[in-house]
Amino acid sequence: MSTFFSQTNMLLMSVWSCFFGQDEEDGTEMGEGDEWMQGKTLIKPLDQLDLTEAELKEEFTRILTANNPHAPQNIVRYSFKERSYKPISSVDQLAVHFVLEGNLLHQDSDEARRQRAKQGLPEGGEDAGDVEEGGGEERADSVESKAGKKEQKITNQFNFSERASQTLNNPLRERGCQTEPPPRANFSATANQWEIYDVYLEVLQKQEKNKEKAKAVPKKDDDKGRELKNVPLFPPQSDDITKVAKVAKIIERMVNQNTFDDIAQDFKYFEDASDEYREQEGTLLPLWKFQYDKAKRLSVTALCWNESYKDLFAVGLGSYDFTKQGRGMLVFYSLKNSTFPEYIYPTTSGILCLDIHKHLPYLVAVGFYDGCVAVYNLKEETLQPIYKSTAKSGKHTDPVWQVKWQKDDMDNNHNFFSVSSDGRVVSWTLVKNELVFTDIIKLSLAGAVSEGPEGVQLPIMGKTSCGTSFDFHKQIDYLFLVGTEEGKIHKCSKAYSSQFLETYNAHNMAVDAVKWNHFHTKVFISCSSDWTVKIWDHTIKTPMFTFDLNASVGDVAWSPYSSTVFAAVTTDGKVHTFDLSINKYEAICQQPVVAKKKTKLTHIEFNPVYPIIIVGDDRGYVTSLKLSPNLRKKPKEKKGQELPKGPEVEIAKMEKLLSLLREPENSNA
Amino acid sequence: MQFEETLKRIQTHKGVIGTIVVNAEGKTTLDNSTTVQYAGLLHQLTMKARSTVRDIDPQNDLTFLRIRSKKHEIMVAPDKEYLLIVIQNPSE
Repeated sequence: MSTFFSQTNMLLMSVWSCFFGQDEEDGTEMGEGDEWMQGKTLIKPLDQLDLTEAELKEEFTRILTANNPHAPQNIVRYSFKERSYKPISSVDQLAVHFVLEGNLLHQDSDEARRQRAKQGLPEGGEDAGDVEEGGGEERADSVESKAGKKEQKITNQFNFSERASQTLNNPLRERGCQTEPPPRANFSATANQWEIYDVYLEVLQKQEKNKEKAKAVPKKDDDKGRELKNVPLFPPQSDDITKVAKVAKIIERMVNQNTFDDIAQDFKYFEDASDEYREQEGTLLPLWKFQYDKAKRLSVTALCWNESYKDLFAVGLGSYDFTKQGRGMLVFYSLKNSTFPEYIYPTTSGILCLDIHKHLPYLVAVGFYDGCVAVYNLKEETLQPIYKSTAKSGKHTDPVWQVKWQKDDMDNNHNFFSVSSDGRVVSWTLVKNELVFTDIIKLSLAGAVSEGPEGVQLPIMGKTSCGTSFDFHKQIDYLFLVGTEEGKIHKCSKAYSSQFLETYNAHNMAVDAVKWNHFHTKVFISCSSDWTVKIWDHTIKTPMFTFDLNASVGDVAWSPYSSTVFAAVTTDGKVHTFDLSINKYEAICQQPVVAKKKTKLTHIEFNPVYPIIIVGDDRGYVTSLKLSPNLRKKPKEKKGQELPKGPEVEIAKMEKLLSLLREPENSNA
Repeated sequence: MQFEETLKRIQTHKGVIGTIVVNAEGKTTLDNSTTVQYAGLLHQLTMKARSTVRDIDPQNDLTFLRIRSKKHEIMVAPDKEYLLIVIQNPSE
């Protein structure tokens, strides 16, 4: 150690000598370390020792020890054993120069393990690194495995080779096709309760139709043909116009209602208040006026209300004038539309009478001036009658003055009667497509032969008298009255075809109308051109009442609401209304109803329901009038019902008054 | 033809200002702007009115509709396919 360090010492010394100014002659050693010193001149310090050569060559050994120079060498400790201070032989020579506490832990130490557990680092990573299998694997993948969690394929460093190949990928091809979109239609509807109801109705109707079809076998093809056309409803409404026609009708009525609003209000609500002051008299309030352009020249020859449709009435137009015979018309009006008729049927000959069937409001029987009778069906579209009598089928040879429907006969065929100037009362039966006639009675003067010398018979007529009016009893079916042109009224029965039950010498001129009372079964009324109106009890041969109206009486009618009220029209344009329970001698209302004095009133009819009357005149107008309250007085109900009206006591009084040879037996109403 | 006659009579009736026949979509008479307006508006109103009536009772149906205003009265009569409108000045 000393030799090793001698050289070093020399070097050190030489270095020191440089510093302290010691001059050495080891030039090579100096030269190695201190080249920069060569340039400098050596300066001797003043107090440098001068040594001799021998002294200079002396070797001094220096020993480098590991002793801490700062460590004390004289530490003593008290020893209790020897009871004295003793010097410690060895003193700690450690000198600490620098201390730094580190923060690295050995990975296998406990603390490290604890920390790892805390942090959740897998120990497997380390294991993988630890587990290095022999066989040449020197590469520690511990770094990688610590980082990644997956199982890494451990590649063999020496003979590992990766091989890959690529397959042929089929080229991708897109193929598409487009079709035409199905046709679309927008559909919207509301599903209301009523829409559903409509659909159900349609289905129901179809079903019913199918049932009908199934029944009518031979006509199957026709039905099918029609079925295919008209899917929804029965009547052929495929025509647009007909649909609107119905609506147009409604509108027309509405418009009329507006125009004639005041009349409509009067009709419904107006009651003449002044009647209270007039005691017994009443008035007639004019309401609508019905006229048809094409019927201007014609006279109203017949009026009839429809029983089922209370606002509908029929007007027959023709002419009473023998010389002016032309065409005629059958016109139906409704109160709801006064400007235009509902139905119009032009006829070749003037109409003289008509009657609407009580139960079938669409069947109308008409009697013509030329002697024909016809039946019209209002439901049909055609303007022709469905039945018409011809010369072959027993039509009358003279004008038909009255027709009346009867109850259906035993075969359920409809039938009606007609009376004509040719003296026959004929019954017509509607059998399928024909009109079959049966003479019921011939009004012969044979029955009046016995009266030959008495009566004023018209020999011109030969042996038959002309019937001008008739009426059937309301209750006794077979009983009817016929008025003749001679002024007689015959009471007949359907059973007896040649004999009359009774004959009344009613008037001096032709009997224009004869009507049974609606209530009292024994009373009838008759009117004539001899200016009189007479009321009869059919059991008594003379009239009960006679009224002279100062003008030829065209028509008379009983009121449907009272058995003592009746009205008559005269050719001077007046309507006379009588109420026998109020005034037996005079009319309680005499009112002219037409503007022009010359117009003659020809017919009058009471409405079965409403308090109005219609009056026809010879100019083709029909005027409707409302009866004021006084004219409509209903008697105080003594017996509750209206049948035998007017107290019988009063009638008895009348009887007495009128009595010439009467027995006040049966009360007149 | 009967319908045309009726329509003519209505048109010449006293106080009637105008008549319009409307089909399900549009109108058949003059294509005036006012007419178009009338047709469209009244169509809707009629549908509503009809719906109301039938909702209350499906067996019932609307017969007509009257709208009375200060100046005149509009009457609408509906049908399955058509609508007939009449404007009248009620006689006052």
